[in-house]
Amino acid sequence: MIKPTLGEKTFDALNVTAMIVLCFLTLYPFLFVAFSSLSDPGLLAQHRGLLWKPYGFSLNAYKAVFANPNILSGYRNTLFYVVVGTFFNLIMTALGAYFLSRRNVFFKNAIMFMIVVTMFFQGGLIPTYLLVSNLGLTDTPWAMIIPGAINTWNLIIMRTSFQAVPVSLEESAKIDGASEWTVMWRIILPLSIPVMAVMVLFYAVGHWNAWFNAMIYLRDRELYPLQLILREILITNSTDNMTTDASGVDKMPIGEAIKYATIMVATIPILVLYPFLQKYFVKGVMIGALKE
Amino acid sequence: MDTVKTAAGAARKRARSEMSIWLTIGRDLRRNKLLYLMVLPVIAYYVIFDYGPMYGLQIAFKDYSPGDGIWGSPWVGFDHFVEFFNSYYFWRLIRNTLLINVYELIFGFPAPIVLALLLNELRRQYFKRIVQTITYLPHFISVVVVVGMLVDFLARDGIVNQLLSSFGIASKSYLSEPEWFRFIYVSSGIWQQVGWSSIIYLAALSNIDPTLYEAAKVDGAGRWKQMLHITIPGIMPTVIILLILKMGSMMSVGSEKILLMYNPLTYDTADVISTFVYRKGILEANYSYTAAVGLFNAVIAFTLLVLSNSISKRVSETKLW
Repeated sequence: MIKPTLGEKTFDALNVTAMIVLCFLTLYPFLFVAFSSLSDPGLLAQHRGLLWKPYGFSLNAYKAVFANPNILSGYRNTLFYVVVGTFFNLIMTALGAYFLSRRNVFFKNAIMFMIVVTMFFQGGLIPTYLLVSNLGLTDTPWAMIIPGAINTWNLIIMRTSFQAVPVSLEESAKIDGASEWTVMWRIILPLSIPVMAVMVLFYAVGHWNAWFNAMIYLRDRELYPLQLILREILITNSTDNMTTDASGVDKMPIGEAIKYATIMVATIPILVLYPFLQKYFVKGVMIGALKE
Repeated sequence: MDTVKTAAGAARKRARSEMSIWLTIGRDLRRNKLLYLMVLPVIAYYVIFDYGPMYGLQIAFKDYSPGDGIWGSPWVGFDHFVEFFNSYYFWRLIRNTLLINVYELIFGFPAPIVLALLLNELRRQYFKRIVQTITYLPHFISVVVVVGMLVDFLARDGIVNQLLSSFGIASKSYLSEPEWFRFIYVSSGIWQQVGWSSIIYLAALSNIDPTLYEAAKVDGAGRWKQMLHITIPGIMPTVIILLILKMGSMMSVGSEKILLMYNPLTYDTADVISTFVYRKGILEANYSYTAAVGLFNAVIAFTLLVLSNSISKRVSETKLW
């Protein structure tokens, strides 16, 4: 082992410091929101500067958030879009990936070409919008699920993973009389659990965070996902309907705290799941990055 | 005589090979019937939701009215394009779209490369993992929440102004100031994506042959020399591929974040082609006009992609296709 030189030691120290600063800059905004959401709204309004812990303590903001019918229905809708949407994504993507991972299929390359072309040419927003409207999907939950059924990038990742399953396994199953359907369900999918987990993560996070399709395709507030409600509260600034029961003086401060609590409510599920899923998604990105 | 014979032979051969193609297809369809049935919904999806809009793009050359439908609306040629080129918005949109991308190219593109190189130099693996875990996290947060936090932190009485005022800087409503828009957009984008984007470079780094480093050490190369002569050349193909892709997307700023961030006060620097298409197209129902704007944008984008790919092919032999 060669002894590190002074220059190397300095570099290491600077590097570690830079990384610590980066971690702080990444995490602190979340901590600030978390502390603020738990703070006493009145005290928070007077406070200036960074927060290192909740200022006073109050759960009133969370109570207000969970008493809001819009947020509750948003949550319910988002859960529906996440569960049903992700399930639909997985089936469609797996069917495509399975087909494209087969050998000796005459039209495989033609279909692959047809799919890859869509990564380079697209109709764009307006024709897609008109199509979805003409299909009558507007103002139905299906507008959130069907138009984005397959993400081509995910399809290619999944195909790469399916191709890695040894041919001999499926050949022996075919000799025993298994159909393509059986091969897919009983051999390929069980052997591709890690990549399927990654796909669940990608698609589910996508549905959880989706708002644009909802904004252009949904008119009925009863169908709004959480993110669209969130947009109204955080960005177009309409906490008024949530604070009407508070007295006039308290209105401003609790409005601020409600914003923070809403951010927390919309983010906590991802923050909680994240550590468990991390090992999978890094693998998934690697598959996508390294092969093709 | 001879030529006639060979011509007839070639024709026969052609006929036979045509026959055999149909035979092959027939046999393939029979043998893989179930496979084709399984892929049918996938094909239907692509035909309807990807090729459908491509077909619908023809409204860019028509005066689309919902009553007449895409097919029945009258052709107007390039009228919508000409109208766009002559409009007040044209240069503003081009400038904003390109400038935001140039800023991202200069500041956003190298950031994950630098992060990956620094992470790679960390000696303690568990510390490296902690940093990675933390920096990946914002990628999963919704853009609505990120912009929501920006709106709140950058408000006139928000935390950023509170901190700056302790340095005697007068408070400002940053999201209403056109000259701040690009900075906020690009830097918050780096904050959200730098860790995630570094994954692909870390993957490239882990693919470098370790014996190269050993050989360099034997030759007396320090860590700086190793980085310069092994690590950086090692990730260069990945860098170039991603650079080509970035060039190809120079004209397509994602509209979602800008739609959430901008307001009429900042249109001057914030309005890009995709947000314009959303506003004029979906909100004001100028379907044909904005379809033309979108098509114009897509054509330029594709040209840029092809161009940068061919430049890269010539310069470095790294290419997308």
